[in-house]
Amino acid sequence: MTTKHVRFALLLLFVLLFLLPVYVLLVTSFKPLSEADPSQAWNLPRVWTTEAWGVAWEKLQPGIVNSFLLAVPGSLISAALGAMNGYVLSKWRFPGSELVFTLFLFGMFVPYQGVMIPLVQLMVNLGVYGGIPGLVLAHVVYGIPICTLIFRNYYVTIPDELIEASRVDGAGMLRTFASIVLPVSGPAFAVVIIWQFTSMWNDFLFAIFLTGPSSWPTTVMLNNIAGAQTVPYSQQMAAAILASIPTMIIYVLLGRFFMRGLMAGALKG
Amino acid sequence: MTRVRRWLPGLLLVSPSIIAIAVFVYGMLGWNFKVALTDQHDEISAGSFVGLENFTGIWSEERWGLSVRHAIVFTVVFVAGALVLGWFLAFLMEKGIRGEGGFRAIYLFPMAVSFIATGVVWRWLLNSGTGERAVGLNGLFGYLGLDFLQWGWFRDQDWGMAAMALPAVWQMSGYVMALFLAGFRGVPEELRESARVDGCTEWQVYRHIVLPFLRPVTLAALIILGHISLKVFDLIVAVSGKQIITDVPAIFMWTAVFDSHDPAKGATIAAYIVLSVCVFVVPYLIWNARRGDRT
Repeated sequence: MTTKHVRFALLLLFVLLFLLPVYVLLVTSFKPLSEADPSQAWNLPRVWTTEAWGVAWEKLQPGIVNSFLLAVPGSLISAALGAMNGYVLSKWRFPGSELVFTLFLFGMFVPYQGVMIPLVQLMVNLGVYGGIPGLVLAHVVYGIPICTLIFRNYYVTIPDELIEASRVDGAGMLRTFASIVLPVSGPAFAVVIIWQFTSMWNDFLFAIFLTGPSSWPTTVMLNNIAGAQTVPYSQQMAAAILASIPTMIIYVLLGRFFMRGLMAGALKG
Repeated sequence: MTRVRRWLPGLLLVSPSIIAIAVFVYGMLGWNFKVALTDQHDEISAGSFVGLENFTGIWSEERWGLSVRHAIVFTVVFVAGALVLGWFLAFLMEKGIRGEGGFRAIYLFPMAVSFIATGVVWRWLLNSGTGERAVGLNGLFGYLGLDFLQWGWFRDQDWGMAAMALPAVWQMSGYVMALFLAGFRGVPEELRESARVDGCTEWQVYRHIVLPFLRPVTLAALIILGHISLKVFDLIVAVSGKQIITDVPAIFMWTAVFDSHDPAKGATIAAYIVLSVCVFVVPYLIWNARRGDRT
């Protein structure tokens, strides 16, 4: 037994611990009603069935549609704003732009509870309270700091000489952006879109404060399903998995970019 | 004039975002404080200025004291737990291990899922039944003959919030691991090698070479975990709902707004949450900005 083996064994042990909740979710979701009982939750199903999945899908489906209506446009708008801000704050600075950036960053940490009561009031006054557009607006606005940060940190790596050369050639700000910066922005767009999609999909706080029943996204619907004493365990757990599938797919396929978004959250600027 | 023409387009392009942040972040924070300084205890009256009355008065409420205590216990256990576990996982992996990509993926995946979804299963895992009625983790301890480990989890009167931190540690320690792993990998191998040549033990190399490199990462992780912790909401809604036994300021605020319809109280609690986050985020941002100036 070398230390390498010990390390490997410990890591495997932690894998088992990390997957414990996943095991319970999966096996319970495939159980028939008769077996979906807390006392049997560690057991494998004696009879495998997807009946709970069918019911869960039916209950959750409107929320999933709403979540897509929220997260797809929301993440695209966020990315567009982030790219513009990040470009200016790294390559087309104006007096005070560093201060603006720091003031933006604080917005990343502000607990949303601190703006919620006025935000609800404002949305009511604007007539967008309760619907998906208002929720998109909130996510886009409060997503500006992180999106700006990710793009800024990415654009900093583009050599200033390239921008300067384009300027000397007489190209303006937008022209330089379109011809020099945009063509190499792919990875940053991927990071921001994935990051924003995931946080909009998983958000609960904004959704519960700002939307009404017809616009409830997946998380709120799931919480209602899970909170109801009458819903069998198998359906609750199937619904929880269903609600997680879109972000899990993104994570599996594009985990690399997801990681970069996470690291940006650590302000490595 | 030419100088202005050089930077003005940039300012114009960012101005929609500047206005949005000014209104939605700073304006709303100010507005919230303003509501907190009034006696607007229902949704109809306009409320008049009462100074800091709400801020002082709330401390005489038993529920507030409990929720603050809960938030502190949760924060200490969650931040310490996620830091230690995340560091330990990174420490186990830093020298390279077979299947590193797979390990990383498994430790990180909980980050991609919402607390509302994982709360469904954690609520059951942390079931408080013991002995004959043991299910969830208590049931597992029963199977394994570890009955003495069974306890009430988040229903424990004194330390329930420590149990509530468990799902949060599960969700966030992979992130801390990734941060630390990046930190470990940032230590130049030549530095370690030369220290070894000079006769340092592995422990001394770690203590004097590696540890200083990990300081910025540790600070960043502390800030991120801390600010998540002080506003924790989803997880508690998902695991225990509105029960007083796991009440925290964010839940208290939610019920103040929706159940008691008391904007002034809700705003006061929200202001306290903001202030508690500011206490350590603001110095960090200033430090970060200064560091940025130097490089």
